[in-house]
Parts: sequence; structure tokens; C-alpha cells
Amino acid sequence: MHPAYSVIFFTTASGAGYGLLALMAIFGILDGVPADPWFGAIGLGLGTALVTGGLLSSTFHLGHPERAWRAYTQWKSSWLSREGVLATATYVPLALTAWGWIVEGSLDGAFGFFAAFLAILCILTVHATGMIYATLRTIHAWHNRMTVPGYLCFAWLTGGMWFQVLCQIFGYQSVWTATICMAPTVAVWLVKRKYWGSIERTPGPVTRESATGLEGMGPVRLLDPPTTTENFVQREMGYHIARKHALSLRRIAWFTYFLIPFALIVSTTELDPWIAIPGAVLAAISVSVSAVIERWLFFAEAKHAVMLYYGAEAA
Amino acid sequence: MTTLPPPGRKKLGLVIDLDTCVGCHACATNCKEWNTGGHSAPLPDHDPYGADPNGVWFNRIHTFEAGEGTSSRTVHFPRSCLHCETPACVTVCPTGASYKREEDGIVLVNEDACIGCKLCSWACPYGAREYDTDAGVMKKCTLCIDRIYNENLPEAERVPACVATCPASARHFGDLGDPDSDISKLVAARDGRELMPELNYKPVNRYLPPRPPKKETGSTGAGARLDPVTAQSAEGGGRFLRWVDRVLSR
Repeated sequence: MHPAYSVIFFTTASGAGYGLLALMAIFGILDGVPADPWFGAIGLGLGTALVTGGLLSSTFHLGHPERAWRAYTQWKSSWLSREGVLATATYVPLALTAWGWIVEGSLDGAFGFFAAFLAILCILTVHATGMIYATLRTIHAWHNRMTVPGYLCFAWLTGGMWFQVLCQIFGYQSVWTATICMAPTVAVWLVKRKYWGSIERTPGPVTRESATGLEGMGPVRLLDPPTTTENFVQREMGYHIARKHALSLRRIAWFTYFLIPFALIVSTTELDPWIAIPGAVLAAISVSVSAVIERWLFFAEAKHAVMLYYGAEAA
Repeated sequence: MTTLPPPGRKKLGLVIDLDTCVGCHACATNCKEWNTGGHSAPLPDHDPYGADPNGVWFNRIHTFEAGEGTSSRTVHFPRSCLHCETPACVTVCPTGASYKREEDGIVLVNEDACIGCKLCSWACPYGAREYDTDAGVMKKCTLCIDRIYNENLPEAERVPACVATCPASARHFGDLGDPDSDISKLVAARDGRELMPELNYKPVNRYLPPRPPKKETGSTGAGARLDPVTAQSAEGGGRFLRWVDRVLSR
């Protein structure tokens, strides 16, 4: 699949934003961080900026962005529509939580309820994003049990590392904040290992023979494509990445989502802020880079069934 | 609405005979010709005579080779929308622009509601949907909805443009929901195949596989073996012609 930069930026930025907002809300409710208005303003503000920037960039690849409101209508059948509805609905508890945290200086009572609602909607929105891909039976790599956990874990990982940066800056870091931002490095490692293992091992269900209805006549191969130049379907669905490049990118991703952030957080969290803050910032940058690499690979490695008609060996 | 209508009785579709298709691309050409003035008009046609021609076509003709060695066959394979019974391209649409008609099963795009997100093209395993970069909307085969019900056309022409033009009669149009229709009988007689049944989108269109090749001669009255004629004619020509042959062969 063609890795469109607007979609990669959208899913990674909004994932980090929803992760950060959810963790702010959860730690706020459980008194894991104090209801400090400045901390709330910067944390919720950064999360809102990431989410909103991502949502806006997702409209750049539309042919008719002015009709985007129509995407709220088909939530009964379409995960893309559900994602839009959930993403928009999230702003309501977000505004109420921000009011409680920043203006009232407290997440007690009803504001705690709004914050819980915010955390749930953040998780559901990222889940809906993952489901858009996971429900496409045409793309075997995505129609995979690890696709949605991948999206959720990366949102947790990137949001968690930026949360830790803010905690370090405000001096609110604790063993809990460090643990909650390190846990997803392991979770992502396991999920992506399983994802990559499964796309290596299991072939797609469709073959060139079943795609052409020529089963029983022996192997089918393409003699002549329909066009002399690439058409829309080939440009959109026919992106191909050499295996050796994919493998080296997977290794780079592993360093940036697991090894570098894990080592930085473990070694710097307890130290003087002059070391701990840069350590947390570097870890956050590292996982953000890893999210872009992973998302780019998620597209570039995914093979679409239609390419069987254009000579692909398997899909 | 992009939720699917209850399954209808009528399932209009195409049956394509891979035995008789000669790969001439006439169906694709006539499809473009009709549809660039029809329901989805205009269809983009960029740099048509240049080095990088590009545009939207509802019909694409691939040529495959099936089998190996001397028993292999060249199979021309026209590919277009199969008007599935459970089309994912419809259910993934966030705006309701993609829809399936209850009355005849045709899958269409409402271009006024399409936001051009292209997700439907990802959801289609058959490559039936092509994006119109000029209009910013998705386009696809309409089964020539503006021909098949068009009372301004003579009745014989009320078939999709691809069917009307096929010089080999390799394309057939009709109601595949009616087991007594001519094309349903054709599918039954020729073991018509569903494409990619594994994905379970239940395509309506069917493809008739090539008939098995004939390995024995028919009873045409001709001998099973023909005698060589060269030696005979040279002898029959006599000495003079042999001399002429030698002179001219020098």
C-alpha cells in the first residue's frame, strides 16, 4: 500500500495526542499527578494540539475536505465514520476536564467523571482507527489480530513518553509515571514481533488462480498488463518495498521504540533534572520517530489482493 | 446509506466468457466512450497520446497465461466491478456516497456526497474503483445504468456498452438472481466461476473458464495424415521444370 504522508502524520500525531490525554486523565483521577493548573494546561493543551493537528492533516488527502462533515453519518457500518464521530465526541469531555483541571483546580466529583469519560473516548478513538485497517480483508497483513493492539500500544508509547517529559519538567515524576511510560516499550516489542511473525508466516487467502477463476488449469501468470503506464490502482495499492530494506527498517524501529527509550528512562529518571529532562525528551523523540517508521512500514509492507491481477506472486 | 439493503431478488450482472474473449479491448474502449458522456461523466483522460497516458477506466483487460509448456493457454481477462452482494466498498464508506441498490443490486457512487477518501478502493479486491483526480471523487462501473433502463434507446441496445460492443460475444448481461434467466443457465452449463470466493464478498458477475482444448481431430472427412506434396510435384513436373528449378535456384 502506498504510504501517504498525511495519513502517517495523522495516525502517529493523533495517536500520541490521545495517549497523552488518556494518561493525563487517568493520572489526574487517581491523584498520580497533582491538579496543578499549569501542568493541566500544558499537558491537555499539547494533547489537544497533537490530536487536532492530526485530524486536520487527515483532511488534506481528501478530494473534497469541505464535505468532511458527511463522514459523521455512516457510523452504523463504517469504522472511518465511527473514528470521526468518536474523535469529535472526545472534545466534549476534554473541554470539561480542562475546565475542572485548569479553572477549578480539581478533578473531584463530576470532573473526575468527565476525565474518566475522556480516557475511555481516547482509547475508543484509537481503537476505531486501528479497526479501519483491521477490517480490510483485501489486505492480508492488516486483517490481523495484532493491528488494533499495534495502534493502541503506539498511542500509549508515544503519549506516555511525552507525559513523562512533562512530569519531569514539573517535578511530578514517580515510579508510577516511569513504569507507565516504559511498559508500552515492551508491549510494542511483543505486538510488533507477533505482527511481523504472522505476516511472514501466513500467506493471504487469495491466489492468482482464484482471482482469475482459472483454478485447475495450472499456474497462472501475467502475460500482458492492461496498461502501458501505471494506473490509479497500481499507484495506490502497488507500493513495493524490498525485503532487505523492510528488515533493516524493522531493526531501526526496534532500537527506537524499545532499546533507546527503555535505556534512557531506566538510567536517567532518578537523576538530577538537568539529566532526567533531556533523557526523557530524547526518549520521547525516539519513540515518535519509531512511530513514523512503524507506520510507514505498516503501509509499505502491506500487500493488496488486487495486485494479483498485476502479476504479484502473493497478496 | 452505506449499510446494505436486504438481499434483493434481482441481481443484474455480467457473465464473461474467457473461452471466447479475444483480448481486443473493445469493451474497455466502448465503456470509456459511453461513460465519459454518461452517469459518471466526464472520465479524466490525461496525456492520451503522450508518454504517460492516465485516466479513469471502468474496465481493464489483462492477459494471463494458464498452465505450463505446450498445454498452456493464453487467457484474456476483462476486469470490472462485480457488483458484489456484500460489497465492503459500500460498508466502509463514511459518507453514504457508496451504495447498493435494493431493486437490482447495482453498486453506485453518489458523486455529490463523496469526499474522495479512497477507502472504498482499498476495500475492493477487484480493483474496480478508480479515483478521478480532476473531480476529487471515486468512480466505478455503473453497469451502464443509463443504458439498461434508457427508453430512448432501441430495446436491443439496452445492455451495458461493453456487452453491446463485444465482437466475440464474450460478454453477457442479465439477471443472475433469476435461475431461469439465459445467463444463469449459461453459468450453470459452463461452470461459471466466482472470483476470489475466499474473501466472501459474494460477487454477482461470473467468469466462464476456457473450454478444455481439443486433443483429437473431428470427423471432417479429411485423412488423419497428409502425404507430402513436394517430391510428387517435382517428379510430376518433369525434366524441364527440374531444369528451370535448378536455374532459378542458383
